[in-house]
Formats: sequence, C-alpha cells, structure tokens
Amino acid sequence: MARTLINIPKQTRRGEVIEIKTLIAHPMETGFRPLANGSLAPRDIINRLVCTYNGEEVFRADLFPAITANPYVAFTTVATESGEIALSWTDDRGQTQTETVAIKVE
Amino acid sequence: MTPRQPGRMTARAALAGLAAALPAVACLAQQDGRQDGRLSGSAFMSAETREMQADDAANPGMLSVLDGEALWSRKEGAAGRACADCHSDAATSMRGVAARFPAFDAARNAPVNLDQRINICRAEKQGAAPFAWESPEILALSAYVGLQSRGLPITAGEDPRLAPFIERGRGFYSLRQGQLDLACASCHDDNWGRLLGSSPIPQAHPTGYPIYRLEWQGMGSLQRRLRNCLAGVRAEPFAYGAPEYVELELFLMTRAHGMVMETPAVRP
Repeated sequence: MARTLINIPKQTRRGEVIEIKTLIAHPMETGFRPLANGSLAPRDIINRLVCTYNGEEVFRADLFPAITANPYVAFTTVATESGEIALSWTDDRGQTQTETVAIKVE
Repeated sequence: MTPRQPGRMTARAALAGLAAALPAVACLAQQDGRQDGRLSGSAFMSAETREMQADDAANPGMLSVLDGEALWSRKEGAAGRACADCHSDAATSMRGVAARFPAFDAARNAPVNLDQRINICRAEKQGAAPFAWESPEILALSAYVGLQSRGLPITAGEDPRLAPFIERGRGFYSLRQGQLDLACASCHDDNWGRLLGSSPIPQAHPTGYPIYRLEWQGMGSLQRRLRNCLAGVRAEPFAYGAPEYVELELFLMTRAHGMVMETPAVRP
C-alpha cells in the first residue's frame, strides 16, 4: 500500500464548493530511463485517478509519463450530502488503491 | 498633482530595476523579515514552491514523515526494541533534537550527524543492521525526527568540544577545489541572490534537511546536496559519512544558528 495524503474538509454546508487535495507516493517510472545495463526501466505509472462521491463519479484524470513522482492532484466538487468520498489510483500493473474519507454536509 | 521631479523618477526607476534583478531578495524581506541578512533557501523559491512546503497535505516530504512515524514504533533488531520503547513519544522526546545536530559523540570523540546517530542507536540499542545512506528508511526517520524541530531555532555548535571541528568545516567551506576552482564561499557568500543558469544561488543555510527536492523527485540528505555541489565544481565527492562532510554540515548548521528549522522542506 502506498502512502497517501488526502485533504478534504470533514464538515461543510450544502452547496459549498469543496477542494479535494490528493498526494500519493509513487515512483512514476516513465519507461524512458536507461538502467546500468542499457535496458530501459519498464514503465510503471499511475495512469488513472477516479473520485466518487457516494458512488457517483465526480472527477477522473488520466495521467501520463511526464507527470512527476508522487503526483499531487487537487480538484473541486460541490458538497451535496453527507457520505463518503472515495479516491482510486490505478497503476500500469493494474493494481488499484482506494482510500475513502467521510464528509458531513449540513 | 505635484510637478514631475526627474530626480525622484530616476530613483524609482532604479529601484524597480533592482527589484526586477533580485526578485528572490525582495520576497524574502516580506517573508520572514529577518534583520541580520541571513536568508533560508525557501526565500529564493517561487511562491508556488513555498506554498507546497507550507501545506502539509501538498508537501511530498510528509509522505516520508509518515513512513518515519511508522518506523519509530516498529520493533527492530536482536533486542526487539522500537525507537519508541526508549524515547516514547517523539513529539516531546525529539523536540529540538534535530536542531542541534551534528552533535558531539563522546565515544567517537567526533561530531556525528542525525543519520549517523540513528544508525548508532540501531547498532548499540536495537542490535539491528544500519540503514544504508540515503535509503528511504534513514531519510524517513530523520525527516520524522526533524519534523519535531520544525519552527524551532537551530542550536547546533553550542557544545565547546565542537569548536575544532567547526573550524575545520569553515576551512573546507573556504577551500577552492575542483576543475572550476571554486569554494563553497565563492558562490554562497560572494554571489548569493544572483543566478546560476536560471536558478538563484541561495546562502546555503541547511534549514530544512532532509528535503524533498523537486529535481530529485524524492527525499535527500544534506550530504547528497553537498555531493551535488562538489560534482558541480568538478571536484571528486567524498564517500557518504566522510568526516569532511560532517564537519562541513556542522559548520553550515553553526552558521545558520538561530534560524528556523523547516524540515521537511521542499526545494526546487
């Protein structure tokens, strides 16, 4: 499991625009870096980040090899109801890591 | 409206020119308002990078700090003891500790830096193999210990037994070396605030190590940074842990005495 840092306001008012800030530890190996023996390090990047809010997709991003290691992605959504915000990162090996954060909307 | 005063306009234009030439310096004065003229490396960074450092949810160094926090309470070595078993809560026991390293080690009769101190603890108290230099583990533990000193003033070099080592570090700092025949002081004392390529030259105050350096896309120690500079002047870097580095670290920390710790800092 990779380390993540997620910043979502725990409590907010209905209709408020909230910012979701995410950071995940990942080498984001581009696939273009030569190793000591001359072969290329195989590409291993996070290629997709999906955010769902109570099961409904509110944000999706495709990531590419030029994106830094430990990618930081911040975006906004509108707080509609109390529930769960889930963030899923998928890498080139097909592994998906999902982190969920509870949000309270009044 | 007062009539135009050519003299004043010239002065203003000159000031504007100066501000354009030295943007880093201008933003520093606003940022921490130090009176003694010493500036942390963060004063030379863009506003975006400073923001990244200031926000614990955006500072990638915090990922390493979280790893360090987990390592702190992990039982290690033949003794089966964790850091926390002796030092308990790092927030109290490690407060201000990183700010006084490198510190004098009586058994070795020499200064040791924080990474070395952690590995001495591992060998003598935990019966564990030392972490390799620049390994994610040693950087994580020193970042976690360093975080406990964030916001506190640097106190390194106060021990009188360190005096001869500080002097040796000072000598190394002023020693011209490498094919480019440059000393640390040639850039960081004589030309700080000017550009080297497109990057401003900072004053070389090690306020935030271990740092997350954007160029490295990862964490690194002060020794890694010193090796960078040595390679940059085309001198042969010493091996990690060489006494020359520890003495230079000690001198730099003493030179930054009283400045505020920023660990884990972000640098471009």
